[in-house]
Amino acid sequence: MANISETSGVGQVVPAVAGQVSATLGAPVGGGPDGRRDDLDFSNAKPSKHSQDKIFHAVAVGCGALILVSLGAVVLFLLLRAWPIFAGPQAKTSAVFASLSGGKAHGFWQYVGPLVFGTVVIATLALAIAFFVAVGVALFITFYARKRIQTVLNYVVDLLAAIPSVIYGLWGALVLVPATYPFWNWVSVHLGWIPLFAGPAANPPRTVASAAVILAIMIMPIITSMTRDIFAATPRLNQEAALALGATKWEMIKLTALPFAKSGMVSASMLALGRALGETMAVMMVLSPGMTYSWHWLQASKSQTIAANIAAQYPEADSLGVSALIATGLVLFVITFVVNLLARRITRKGGAQ
Amino acid sequence: MHSTTCKRLIAVVSSFAMIAALSACGDNTPADTTGATKGKNSGISGEFHGAGASSQQGAVEAWIATYQNKNRNSKIAYNPSGSGAGVSTFLTGATAWAGTDAPLNDQQIEQSKAICKSGTAFDVPVYVSPIAVMFNLRGVSGQGKHLNMDATVIARIFDGKITEWNDEAIKAENPKVNLPATPITVVHRSDKSGTTNNFTSYLKAAAPNDWSYEPQENWPNDVGQAAKGTDGVVSSIGQADGTIGYADLAKAGNFGTASVKVGADYVEPAADAAAKTVNASPLRPMPKGSKRVVVNVDYATSVAGDYPIVSSSYAVACPAYKDPKTGAFVRDWLGYVLSDSGQKVAADNTGSAALGGALTQKALKSVGAIQGK
Repeated sequence: MANISETSGVGQVVPAVAGQVSATLGAPVGGGPDGRRDDLDFSNAKPSKHSQDKIFHAVAVGCGALILVSLGAVVLFLLLRAWPIFAGPQAKTSAVFASLSGGKAHGFWQYVGPLVFGTVVIATLALAIAFFVAVGVALFITFYARKRIQTVLNYVVDLLAAIPSVIYGLWGALVLVPATYPFWNWVSVHLGWIPLFAGPAANPPRTVASAAVILAIMIMPIITSMTRDIFAATPRLNQEAALALGATKWEMIKLTALPFAKSGMVSASMLALGRALGETMAVMMVLSPGMTYSWHWLQASKSQTIAANIAAQYPEADSLGVSALIATGLVLFVITFVVNLLARRITRKGGAQ
Repeated sequence: MHSTTCKRLIAVVSSFAMIAALSACGDNTPADTTGATKGKNSGISGEFHGAGASSQQGAVEAWIATYQNKNRNSKIAYNPSGSGAGVSTFLTGATAWAGTDAPLNDQQIEQSKAICKSGTAFDVPVYVSPIAVMFNLRGVSGQGKHLNMDATVIARIFDGKITEWNDEAIKAENPKVNLPATPITVVHRSDKSGTTNNFTSYLKAAAPNDWSYEPQENWPNDVGQAAKGTDGVVSSIGQADGTIGYADLAKAGNFGTASVKVGADYVEPAADAAAKTVNASPLRPMPKGSKRVVVNVDYATSVAGDYPIVSSSYAVACPAYKDPKTGAFVRDWLGYVLSDSGQKVAADNTGSAALGGALTQKALKSVGAIQGK
């Protein structure tokens, strides 16, 4: 340790290693937080003679490769195990889907379609609910709360993020969901003219709306803790400049914190959306599943998510049935992949501004 | 100086570890001579595994406890992973027997050739339990309370055609009960389930004009709500007023149950009445495999006192195992399970129906012929 810090060229050696790693893997390593990389001068980088550097180099390359290998292994597993359902004889596979769906679906897309619909709707709804509350909490913690409240809230948010999903699921299914029936009933009576809230509200309300609320509670702390940290990193100089120009506190936040945190907020919500898309236990415990393309959020047995469906159907599935379920898992993998790709796009754009 | 303290410390720690390890050994191998001499020990020893239907779990646990008491040298484990998973595991040869709610299909019989030493696997009924139609209705339901319903009314409720508790059809059968105008919420299983299969079989057989779906393990219509597992159904019924669902009678707790019309009378769900139905039912002619005892439950029975909504669950075994020790164990174990005392243990612990009679004799004959050391 002491040796390295005494070396004068540390600042150049480390980027050089990063450059080598990226060159070895043939994939670009993300630049600085602002996306600019041209300030790194690689021409100066000389291969170090220190053995620590060589070891570190090897370890870093190994770690980078491990990520690719494990991702590849997952893809390979999904493809191989799902293959029989795509390659099998038509009559047999359609019987499998009929038995998995209670006779409602006879082909893969017929089966996975409503599941994809349910997964995306519930996760998006959860994100829509969680995002604004989470950003509100983060703004309150960073700019409005007094020191002591700040500490307590920080602690609570971090704790909420650490609670396992099965506990949220139990609490949601046994306490929250039955208790919210009067509210959902009120919504369906007064806002029932909006098709989304068409009644009658299910009792017990084990519906898409309830599942989205539970998921929103689960993903909120993730968004809050990340955006909180980003808000806290807003340059002090910018804030003071805004205030000096006569901006109110809200205007100051609007002018400095929000634009600064924009890409961070997006990537935090994408991380949260990823968790919502893949959440299994909580959805399985709260939601009464169904296989339809229904937009009626307050009625039961309308939608189901891919992850919860796999968990629910797996124990009673035979070998071809397991292949069918793994094929739906492959679709979930593709969905999360696309979501992450979009998030990358958005954050890169956001960062460039 | 320093290193000697270190060595001493290591010595102390390792001797503790040794003692712990030795005592753990003592727990694992019960060299209990009194236990071995007590009770007629059939020489069964070793570790044996089973897996399958979660419906049998309570009964199997009770059987294991009493069986191990008699055979101190045996160690048995049952993984309630579900019928499908249990049979698949059995067909890989990893378990000695499997529990399943659905009889084996032809393909599985064919596959079993690979793991049985000779012949093909067979299934025998080991666990029969009444399925109760249970409901939660303020002012009406409660432990031991019943509403009279015939198959038509039950089918129409579960198909969403009767939507309120004070429907004329329910009122007509229960003239003395004051039924409220609460909407009915049907609760059914969301996962594949033998219970659903039995329940829909009953509806199809007893009310063919009002139940148009084929019997199956997945719930066939979009009526009401779905919940995972028996416990999920029971807890959903408990969460709201006006719910109705189906589950093992043992789980009925404080809910009211339906007395089902059989012949001219209404029969309360009860283990004895369920056993009567199964014992009176004919055997299913099986296209493949020998020694199989599969009941064709007479859901549409009209014999007074029979309770028709019954789930029957099976044990799957080989007629001969590659390891003769396993064969000897399975013969002894399933023999115990099917015996009067075994069935009584299950009935006492889970509220299942104690089998007996000609059906069990047939099953015992199949089991007794398993080859073993």
